Amino acid sequence: MGFQVRKDGDTCVVAVEGQLIVGNRQELKQRVLDELERGERKFLVDFGQTGYIDSSGLGVLVSLSKRIRELNGDLRLSNLNDDLKTLFELTKLDTLFQIA
Amino acid sequence: MSEPATTSPADGWFGELRFPIDVRIPSDIRFIEPIVGAVVRRCAAHAFPARVCRFNVPVALTEALSNAILRGNHEDSSKGVRIRATIDDRALILEVEDEGAGFDLEACMLDPNDDGNVFREDGRGLFLMCSLMDRVERIPARANVVRLTLHRA
Repeated sequence: MGFQVRKDGDTCVVAVEGQLIVGNRQELKQRVLDELERGERKFLVDFGQTGYIDSSGLGVLVSLSKRIRELNGDLRLSNLNDDLKTLFELTKLDTLFQIA
Repeated sequence: MSEPATTSPADGWFGELRFPIDVRIPSDIRFIEPIVGAVVRRCAAHAFPARVCRFNVPVALTEALSNAILRGNHEDSSKGVRIRATIDDRALILEVEDEGAGFDLEACMLDPNDDGNVFREDGRGLFLMCSLMDRVERIPARANVVRLTLHRA
């Protein structure tokens, strides 16, 4: 379980491996905030290797979305499986995020 | 009561349990994933559908445990959380008990359809529990116990 950060052109790709839950949400937040501090503005969170997300994980994504938008950046989500799509639809967060 | 772990607890910590599960964990969020894993494995062994095992149960139980640890016990290391799980041919029943004062379920429910709630960073836990389980309830006279029920299809 962890996060892998890499560059793909001008986009900072953050891969979530395992769960995104109350126990590791702050690590994801700090990793993205560190990249913002370094000047990155385009982010893609890759959920291709993610198991499940809890409400704390969703909350961190909302928080990061707000912060990135404040800095005129862009946050997109990708590779959500059917379970994760259901989670975003249930909570209406599919209306907040751009999901690739 | 187990002593708080100084390192992340290994998943095998709960490996010898059999249903019904009845275990107390410290008020430490690092214990959530191992106990969730243990319950999910039992659900899979008892032929619950794959989606229930990889999505409904882990998300709902994670929410119940994090509520108990963070809000019920306020991460007080002197307090614990009791998890009881029973499973039979009809349903999975999970009970999570903290040492807090309890709370009103309905008062804590966030409706994602309400204007502005989509921008909130918290408050979705109870909604997810109710969405992913068949029944979420407080036990009468035991306000610090939440019971989650999921019937077999």
